[in-house]
Formats: sequence, C-alpha cells, structure tokens
Amino acid sequence: MALELRARVMRITRDFFVSRGYLEVETPLRVRVPALEDHIDAEPSGDHWLRTSPELHMKRMLCAGYGRIFQIGACFRRGERGERHLPEYTMLEWYRTGAESADLIPETLELLTAVATATGKTVFDGVDVTASPRVLTVREAFREWAGWDPVAVFDEDRFDVDLVEKVESMIARETGPVILMDFPVARAALARLRPEDPRVADRWELYLGGVELANAYTELTDAVEQRERFHRCAEGRKARGQDIYPLDEAFLSAIQSGMPACAGIALGMDRLLMRLLGTADIRDVVAFGEG
Amino acid sequence: MYTTSDLRKGLKIEIEGQPYVITEFQFVKPGKGQALYRCKLKNIMTGSTLDRTYRSTEKIGKPDLMQKDMTYSYPDGEHFVFMDDSTFEQVTVDVDVVGDFKYFLMEEMPCKVLFFNDIPIDIELPVFVEKVIVETEPGARGDTATNVNKPAKIDNGYEIQVPLFINEGDLVRIDTRTGQYADRVNKR
Repeated sequence: MALELRARVMRITRDFFVSRGYLEVETPLRVRVPALEDHIDAEPSGDHWLRTSPELHMKRMLCAGYGRIFQIGACFRRGERGERHLPEYTMLEWYRTGAESADLIPETLELLTAVATATGKTVFDGVDVTASPRVLTVREAFREWAGWDPVAVFDEDRFDVDLVEKVESMIARETGPVILMDFPVARAALARLRPEDPRVADRWELYLGGVELANAYTELTDAVEQRERFHRCAEGRKARGQDIYPLDEAFLSAIQSGMPACAGIALGMDRLLMRLLGTADIRDVVAFGEG
Repeated sequence: MYTTSDLRKGLKIEIEGQPYVITEFQFVKPGKGQALYRCKLKNIMTGSTLDRTYRSTEKIGKPDLMQKDMTYSYPDGEHFVFMDDSTFEQVTVDVDVVGDFKYFLMEEMPCKVLFFNDIPIDIELPVFVEKVIVETEPGARGDTATNVNKPAKIDNGYEIQVPLFINEGDLVRIDTRTGQYADRVNKR
C-alpha cells in the first residue's frame, strides 16, 4: 500500500510540473565535486562522489538557458540515519527563472494540495495541508519560542538545539503548513541575502506537522560572492575536522558567465509520503530501508 | 567517554555523577544545520527522566558500572541478600532496587546485579521464572482459546493474566522483563 501510494504521488508530481511547463531533467548521480555545505557530508564513489543534492548541476542548466526544470531523484548523505533520515533518499527539486523564493510558496502549496487531494488525504494528524500557511520569520519564531534573536547575534550550537527543541516543537502544534523565512546569514547556504536587510537570507523552509519538508531560496547569482562562501565553508569544515572538497569550478564558471535571476526549492519526497501515510518512520515509505 | 556515534537506545551513560539509560533515541538534523542526537534518559537509581540533546562534537560520560553474577539467598526485612558467585561475598540489595522482581525471586536463583561505583543499583533475573498458580477461577468448559484471559495469583499474591485453560495448581512460566504470563509448563 505504501509503495502504490509512492508510485502514485510520483506520477501526480510529474504531471503537476509538466502541466506547468517544467522540463523534467536528470543530472549526474556521481559527481566530481560535491556541493560545499557546512554540515552535509558526501559518500565517496571511486574517484567521484555521490551527489548530496542536484543543485549545482541544475543551476548550470539554468545558466545554459533552461527556464523551468524539475528533477526527482536519489541523493546521498553520509551518516544520516534516523526516523526522518536515510543515507539515500529521494529529492524533488525545481527551479524557475525570473522568480523569487516567495513566488514558490503558492506553487509549493498547490503541489501539496494536488497530491493530497488526488490521494484523498488533505488532513493528516490534524494538519490540514490545504489551509493557508502561517508565515513567520526565523527572528519572530526565536523571539517568541526561544527567547533570543539569532539575527542580532548568531550562536550556531544554540541555534540548532533551540530550533529542534523549542521552535520545531511549537511549529508541530500548528494545524496548517508553516513557513519559516529569512534565515540568519550564517545559514544562508546558497541563497541570496535580502537586499533590504543583508543580515538575513532570502530562504524559507516549509513545515508540515513540525516536520521540515522543503527548503527554498532566491538563488545567489553573484559568482564572486559564491566563491567567497565556498571558501568560508571549506574553512569551517576544515576547522571542524570534516572532509574538504575542492571548489566546483565548472559551476563557478557557469555562474560567472551569467546566471539568470531565479528561485529554487528542494522537497523531500519521502517526508511527504510519511505525512500522507501517517507514519513517523521513513523506512515505511521505501521498499528497502536497510541501505 | 562515549561519542555521539555510540549513542543508542539502551546505552548507559553518566551525567553529573548519576547513571542514566537511554530510553528513546532520535537522530535529527535541522535544515542546513548540524546533526543532533536527542535522547530521553532514565536515571537508573531514581527512575526520574531527563531530555538531553547532544551535538556530534560532544563527549558523553561513561559510568563506572559493573555487572556481577550473583545468587539470591534470602530476604532480610526491607533488603534482599545475594551472594557473589566468585567471591562468595554477601551483598544486601534494597527493596527499591529490587522492585517487582521481589515477587519472582526464589532461593538459589542465578541473577545479575548491577553496581554503580560499587553500589548495587539494578538487578536482572532469568528471563523466565516458573511459578505455581494458587488461585484462579475455573475456565469455561471446553474453551481452549488462548486469546481470552482471566486473573490468577501466584503464591506471594502477585496477580497475572492467564489463558482460560490454566487451573489452580498449574505451573506457569512468567516473563520477568514484562511481568506477564508466558506459557504453561507441562507436568512432568
């Protein structure tokens, strides 16, 4: 029953994007260089790595002129295993040129509504996916539930622990989708900073029933800033004793040649299926969870 | 010291001089954030519970715990006396530590006693103990269904749920981990 639902949801998702003029694409699973992220580790594969995300290749396609692309495929992250994590999982990722992250909010909610309606499950665990979302900034959420402002002074350890223990546990009480937006610059990843307030990134996360489902950016298109961020990230990884990956020069030269203004989003398909199936264990939505 | 990669359900750790066992364990990782390990902990001595979240860089205390094979000897007021199988030394264990196991302890029973800094804090019994049913209503005639239960008492008054076919005088096996009926021992 879970696998039938899974196949159906994949089909509905593809139809949704195709009907909106998106091109389905496939980018390499084995990559020369994994994307540099503070806390994501890649699995080696011979003289390559398994991708942790299709982000950099999909952005190269945007630079090459594709305007609307989506991909559903496996991603691999070393050491991630838990009720909501598998070291190999399925990501839906889509990009749109000429858009900002805010434009992806209605589109994402429409996708969820389309999937939920077609599978007859618009309400799960008391959370109505079709309800209008509660949108709040990270600063508002932390002031209200954790009692401090991570935008004014960022403390990484405190931020992560409070996000999980205080903020996400309160978000779990909401009866509709929740959008947490404007992350502190230290958690900008590959998002553009807000021109009107460069202390925060134009990035949001969607939660359903307290479970983080999707992560969206107005994409950083500035090659110089991108290179700096990669350097900073590599330094941080080195200091923490993590593997250091070389810079993805193919990606950097693609955005150097001109990257269109765009927004992109990644959504964990397994997590969405967990919500639809009403299970807390990610292994319930895949055929082989032992991997 | 333990690292976060050692953490799992059932592991015993030490926090501020107290021994804890991990009763629930969850790996979490907020978007773009670091891996976190959320634990629900139970104090082995007091039974009180605690929530703790660890980061991958943290080190976790390893308690000085030792488990010894001991044989149960006799009750002594609010205490129970065990004998160390290798040194023959006698050790007195408090009734609070023994808990409901007091209903299942029998003379000469091989047990394991857990010591924290040389103080007995927990005991382990054989998984199954055999006890005679001293009191139960007769089951309905001819009814051999095993999914319908009735109350029954063993010699010290401890009550368990047993299938209808169990009669007074029957020898049954009880699972000491759950305190529940396991099966009937065939009469020899």
